[in-house]
Amino acid sequence: MLNNSPALIPLLLLSTAISIPVLAIKKTRLAYPIALAASLSAVLLSFYNISRVWSDGAIPYHFGGWLPPIGIQYLLDPLSAFVTLALNVVAFVVLCHAGAVVDRELPGREVPYYALALLLLCGANGMILTGDVFNLYVFLEIFSLAGYGLIGIGEKQASVASFRYLIMGTVGASFYLLGVGFIYMVTGSLNMADLRNILPLVAGNPAVIVGLALIVIGLGIKMALFPLHGWLPDSYTYAASTSSALIAPLGTKVAAYVMIRILFFVFDAQYVSRTLPITDLIAWLAAIGIIYGSVMAIAQKEMKRMLAYSSVAQISYIGLGIGLANPLGFIGAVLHIMNHAFMKGALFLVAANLRNNSGHSDIARLDASFRKKLPWSMAAFTLAALSMIGLPPTAGFFSKWYLALAAIDKGKWLFLAVILVSSLLNAVYFFRILEKVYLIPAAGQGDGKDLQSQAKGSLLGEEKWSLMVPALVLSFSLLLLGLGNATLVKNVIQRIIPLGM
Amino acid sequence: MTDFILGHYAYWVIIVLLLIGLYGMIMKRNLAKKLIGMTIFQVAIIMFYVASASKWGATVPVIDPSLGALDPAKYISPLQHCLMLTAIVVGVATSGVAFALVITIYRHYRTLDEKTLLERMKS
Repeated sequence: MLNNSPALIPLLLLSTAISIPVLAIKKTRLAYPIALAASLSAVLLSFYNISRVWSDGAIPYHFGGWLPPIGIQYLLDPLSAFVTLALNVVAFVVLCHAGAVVDRELPGREVPYYALALLLLCGANGMILTGDVFNLYVFLEIFSLAGYGLIGIGEKQASVASFRYLIMGTVGASFYLLGVGFIYMVTGSLNMADLRNILPLVAGNPAVIVGLALIVIGLGIKMALFPLHGWLPDSYTYAASTSSALIAPLGTKVAAYVMIRILFFVFDAQYVSRTLPITDLIAWLAAIGIIYGSVMAIAQKEMKRMLAYSSVAQISYIGLGIGLANPLGFIGAVLHIMNHAFMKGALFLVAANLRNNSGHSDIARLDASFRKKLPWSMAAFTLAALSMIGLPPTAGFFSKWYLALAAIDKGKWLFLAVILVSSLLNAVYFFRILEKVYLIPAAGQGDGKDLQSQAKGSLLGEEKWSLMVPALVLSFSLLLLGLGNATLVKNVIQRIIPLGM
Repeated sequence: MTDFILGHYAYWVIIVLLLIGLYGMIMKRNLAKKLIGMTIFQVAIIMFYVASASKWGATVPVIDPSLGALDPAKYISPLQHCLMLTAIVVGVATSGVAFALVITIYRHYRTLDEKTLLERMKS
């Protein structure tokens, strides 16, 4: 059974997602533990997968025993094993946190929420593990449809934001499909490994070039690469806190992973950077996106919206790493996929805690009382914010470090300047909040209320353990990831660097 | 030149359909019309795949004893049709979710016109 472990994760999540509405039809309480169990087994299976890859190297898995290029292949290689592990861990922690929030924010909709959340995870894992470009499209759509649903069940405005995301997301997926069609017309294959062998023979064919361009545009929409990010801010802002905490770490990162997979593992690093200037284009767009996202984040008054714009900037770091197309940039991009998933997860969980505690997350209304009401959540926020800014020894520092080294290595000094300036901009919009919470003395009136609420609250001053612990876990793992960074890069990521870079 | 234009007539129609779809999604203010544009866009891609499978003088991909199984030029390629069955299902699911969202929007705001919607969202 465990021989099938590459296929088990998506299948397990898919079957659980479908069976949750049936199993929990009488008792809606059941949905939460079932979803949690499924997500936990996905984490355990990812651990098992990475240990298998560690000892045996890349493992292709053939569905139904049909060999490629005819059958659908799953590919468990160090890259996919690493990314599934990182994303499943974040998703599990977020789902642990979801329990209390879903009851409050989405009363009566627990069952659809958990079913959709598992469907989203199934789509994400499938996209990462599959070795077939059309199968990837199907998982992309499963992932996106679950995402539209999760965003749509939020506030009143969420349905409009979700509709807009749906239109843009469908255009993105359709562009991807069109691109795959062009490439299939020339190569006659959909299998990634097979395409890798065929594509050099037809590299000059205009249909291949058009196909690649369409795929890059389609994935650019999905990963919210500037200027295709229009759907993102509204969707993340209006979705229920727990939905955005789940989608923000996963959504754009999976598309970025697919971009890496297509550009460097299906096509060739030489081809996309020398023959065609695609990676240069991505790097420039990403550089603009980094500055644009950071500046827009400074201008926002609401925390979730600020985090959404900061996501536009952060995904552009991954884009920059892809665009530089050298080994250091690749390490930076892959590392940032994981780091950003942990950071954004932690930050959105804190935003959810704020909303749960005081009913809003407006930056203007944050004050010193929060350091007493939510001491641990704010500590988690601080740590994640420091990591976003890129202070050592947090994880965020190291991905930026590799990106900066990559920019120096390529002699692109402008990109180095962009990375440094954006760190300052990050500092501006995070310290704005930290200043309000930690530096301004509490007003006289507020103090009495704080003491009351503290007396009512449980241990350590926070309302609920279940809300506090996940945020703390994610942000403290940022420290661990930062400190263990050298081991991680040396043992895992350096083995991933694609040939021909 | 004429041969090129006439020989690829299916693709010209598909390009026009793609453009109509994009026009509908971008320019139309009514959300339902945007959805119609989206569906046209998806259908154009399905037709693109199906058109790419066809060959002059070939027949349906079911073995015909008089033609034999040896010459692939006598049959059109079946794979694109199978792929597009999946894509049609995906399209139906997308439309389903989209219409559910449109209904929710209408219940909340009592309008599907984008401009009015944006005004009512602000207030």
